[in-house]
Amino acid sequence: MSFISYLINGISLGSVYAIIALGYTMVYGIAKMLNFAHGDVIMVGSFAVFTIVSTLGLPPVLGILVAVVICTVLGMAIERVAYKPLRNASSPLAVLITAIGVSYLLQNVALLIFGANTKSFTSVVAISPLKLADGQLMISGETIVTIIAGIVIMVCLTLFVNKSKAGQAMLAVSEDKGAAQLMGINVNGTIALTFAIGSALAAIAGVLLCSAYPSLTPYTGAMPGIKAFVAAVFGGIGSIPGAMIGGILLGIIEILGKAYISSQMADAIVFAVLIIVLLVKPTGILGKNIQEKV
Amino acid sequence: MKKWKMTKTAKNNFVTYIIVLIAYIVVQILLKSGNMSSLMEGLLVPLCIYVMLAISLNLTVGILGELSLGHAGFMCVGAFSGAFFSRCMDGVMPNGIRFFIALLIGAAIAGIFGILIGIPVLRLKGDYLAIVTLAFGEIIKNLVNVLYIGKDNNGFHFSMKDSISLHLGEEGQVIVNGAQGITGTPHDASFTVGIVLIFLSLFIILNLINSRDGRAIMSIRDNRIAAESTGINITKYKLMAFSISASIAGVAGVLYAHNLSTLTALPKNFGYNMSIMILVFVVLGGIGNIRGSIISAVILTLLPELLRGLSDYRMLIYAIVLIAMMLFNWSPKAVEWKDKLKEKYFSNISFRKEKEVK
Amino acid sequence: MKRFDKVMSLVMVSAIAVSLLAGCGNSDAGAQADNAASETNNEAAASETDTTEADDNSAAADSTASGAFKIGGIGPTTGSAAVYGVAVQNAAQLAVDEINAAGGINGVSIEFKFEDDECDAEKSVNAYNTLKDWGMQMLMGTVTSGCSVAVAEKTSGDNMFQLTPSGSSVDCVKYDNAFRVCFSDPNQGAASAQYIGENSVASSVAVIYDSSDIYSSGIYEKFVSEAANQPFEIVSAEAFTADNKTDFSVQLQKAKDAGAELVFLPIYYTEASLILSQASTMGYEPIFFGCDGLDGILNVQNFDTSLAEGVMLLTPFAADAEDELTQKFVTAYKEKFGDTPNQFAADAYDAIYAIKAAGEKAGITPDMDMSTMCEAMKTAMTEITLDGLTGVGMTWDASGEPNKAPKAVKITDGVYTAM
Repeated sequence: MSFISYLINGISLGSVYAIIALGYTMVYGIAKMLNFAHGDVIMVGSFAVFTIVSTLGLPPVLGILVAVVICTVLGMAIERVAYKPLRNASSPLAVLITAIGVSYLLQNVALLIFGANTKSFTSVVAISPLKLADGQLMISGETIVTIIAGIVIMVCLTLFVNKSKAGQAMLAVSEDKGAAQLMGINVNGTIALTFAIGSALAAIAGVLLCSAYPSLTPYTGAMPGIKAFVAAVFGGIGSIPGAMIGGILLGIIEILGKAYISSQMADAIVFAVLIIVLLVKPTGILGKNIQEKV
Repeated sequence: MKKWKMTKTAKNNFVTYIIVLIAYIVVQILLKSGNMSSLMEGLLVPLCIYVMLAISLNLTVGILGELSLGHAGFMCVGAFSGAFFSRCMDGVMPNGIRFFIALLIGAAIAGIFGILIGIPVLRLKGDYLAIVTLAFGEIIKNLVNVLYIGKDNNGFHFSMKDSISLHLGEEGQVIVNGAQGITGTPHDASFTVGIVLIFLSLFIILNLINSRDGRAIMSIRDNRIAAESTGINITKYKLMAFSISASIAGVAGVLYAHNLSTLTALPKNFGYNMSIMILVFVVLGGIGNIRGSIISAVILTLLPELLRGLSDYRMLIYAIVLIAMMLFNWSPKAVEWKDKLKEKYFSNISFRKEKEVK
Repeated sequence: MKRFDKVMSLVMVSAIAVSLLAGCGNSDAGAQADNAASETNNEAAASETDTTEADDNSAAADSTASGAFKIGGIGPTTGSAAVYGVAVQNAAQLAVDEINAAGGINGVSIEFKFEDDECDAEKSVNAYNTLKDWGMQMLMGTVTSGCSVAVAEKTSGDNMFQLTPSGSSVDCVKYDNAFRVCFSDPNQGAASAQYIGENSVASSVAVIYDSSDIYSSGIYEKFVSEAANQPFEIVSAEAFTADNKTDFSVQLQKAKDAGAELVFLPIYYTEASLILSQASTMGYEPIFFGCDGLDGILNVQNFDTSLAEGVMLLTPFAADAEDELTQKFVTAYKEKFGDTPNQFAADAYDAIYAIKAAGEKAGITPDMDMSTMCEAMKTAMTEITLDGLTGVGMTWDASGEPNKAPKAVKITDGVYTAM
């Protein structure tokens, strides 16, 4: 019984990782950059909801909408100011470092505005927990919502990328920027759109993260961001269903590792499993193996 | 023609040595004349540590061409092995010799870790390699945090749970105490030692780059398949660069451990944050540019300290400056603009001749 | 590209040279820029800045002939531990302002300057050196244990008086110039175990602690060894780490499965608030018992205090205590910083008043040199008795440890009540 209970906890944690990883993988898959600031955009989204719902007392739905708008604008602004000028830089590492700078910047702005004190986030989910087996097993409302949201986002993104014109443009840009431009695709617009979608997803992820784990500080996004990055790599970075699977697996491994091996070494276990998976399947679980050309 | 080119490389390296030497002399003069503030005096050893970390990571990132996000892990290994040795041997042998052996141990153990980690990791490519190095760095940090080693009359005791389960005897003493780390490491690090170690690292790295082995390593970076087809042993050279880079980081770690009396493996000093910080030094200074790494490590270490006057806004300004410097140094537009500017003002100055050395 | 790098490197080298000079010794430019900046950011210190500027030129090197006591503070005001550093900074500033308004120490006013260390031992030493350049004569810091151990090495080398408000690990006060206001970690661990055992609070106990934190693991170890002498049993001991502190379901599940009646939480309130809410979601309702790190849980903004119902903690300070001193402090703090002070703030406030008391006992004057002052303060610290926020009749012995009784409080109806 306790095993099933751990498994459920693992899925709860994993669903949060998964929803963050979706945004990560979206940006990475199209723009081919590791956006280290993604975790901090999540934090900004959470603070936006916190301010609107808890401080101003407005309804959560409005809070989520505003947070999505704020994060979308923020994501596009970051892309325009900090990433776009470096798109054709001689090394892809340049933009990685700028992303780290942006991450510091967002953390410190939040620190100045909201202070260092921990805020307790009020869950926006009003569903009561699902009780199974005479109340011995419990699935929280947040978990249900997060998993449903994750699946919906995953399906929508997959459809969007594969069926819509803008989505096809994204695929083309990710494949070859120069060729895409020659085909009349607005590369800048497409990448900006990618960031807009990724950041909007970050806002939703932030709300769900803080609903499930209601503690909010300017540094809230950093660690889940890295974990979600690991999840995205785990599932095959760039692959949308891969991010979902990677996230949930990561959560399950983390919880089971804590439960059955050692609670002190949970991170070491997670990372060790990641290394083993990557050594066996070097592009992640669902990653495409691109043959190197001479 | 070829000979001329060689001397130019030599000249270029010579300039790097001279810069370090001049920095050393200037600092010594300031120290002797009492014009150095306590802050600067305290920063001298950390500066040496970060310079060593930056040039050693540049060997992996710039010369070998692989992105590593776990460099702090090697520093951590070196720091803990060196400090452990020093704590055990304190008072048993003369300080100078003990510190020297600690440095060697740190270098050796970090180098061994470099090889052990390098064998699986270097089979991967690009971002996957980066994430695996990050994973190894985090594993090292996590394991060091649950490591308990104690010493009593019966010898060493070892545990991965807590210090109670060491079951030490009466005279027992916990040396590595999990998250509380190692305290009371003797303070052996000094600026002179730091500079000597920088010279040594520079000597190793610059000579490696300009040797046959170094050219083999760079050929792997530029085109792995072409290099392989000319008979270069990819695994050997990758491991060589990776483990040398790791052991220099290990030496920097030993220096770090002997500069502060407390050594703990926090996310702040040995986590991925630190690895990324070292990467920032390398990228800002110019990938593959050893001298640039030295300069950017110095600037980025000094910057937050010099901004202390801004109190609350310090880290904010630091972040903005970092972004601005990156845009200025790397954006193709800025590079083009700088080129134009140079044409205009520096076209007849001797810098011109030095272009495209690498 | 390469050529420009050379130009750039030259520019940067000269920038460093300039900054080195600016950072050196008594350079007017550097010192004044600092003052100007702190003036804009630290309104509380505004009244003192004009004197600072005048002093800086002469006082930086040997800190003599200054018209005020220069007390420095160090702690994290950025980074994930910022909440503790900011609390200490604010409360210490409050105490300094009060003392200055009441005439200072021995009639001499205090200048207070606080530096950020990001909770990193190396940065902490940098902060200490910065303060030394400023002319600091006594140190109130550092906030966190790891940094405190590193800085204590430096203060003992310089023979500077150091009083840490909240550095609780054993090594923080191993030198005779260092004292602390808070309890030591072993002290809290043993006291908690004794309290639970002597009052028969529970017979089976689970522990959830932060194995990557010095404070938490220090208390945990002593708790476990003291528990052997007590009539209760530890049925589960699970850890978490700094990188893994969002999900506590496993630790709670294990405690629940082991049938623990009481869960001991030697951790800080940020994580504890998550543990409480997750336990409530799980439907697990043991007694939660914590140490001073748990204080502040009721003041987490927007926290559902009903979750903390029945939580017991051993703490020297409770923000809603009824005594006049606490009330006055809490009101003033709220008014000035818009937040309810936590235990760190209280420790810092007491630290400044302890320095005042000891300073008056020792009869120190600002023109004493650092070492003489330290010697005088060292003796005086063991002779004073302080009625502070964190204890009535606090005394110190030469080891640097405070003698005060921990108070056990229980949260009922969203407020602390003494037990």
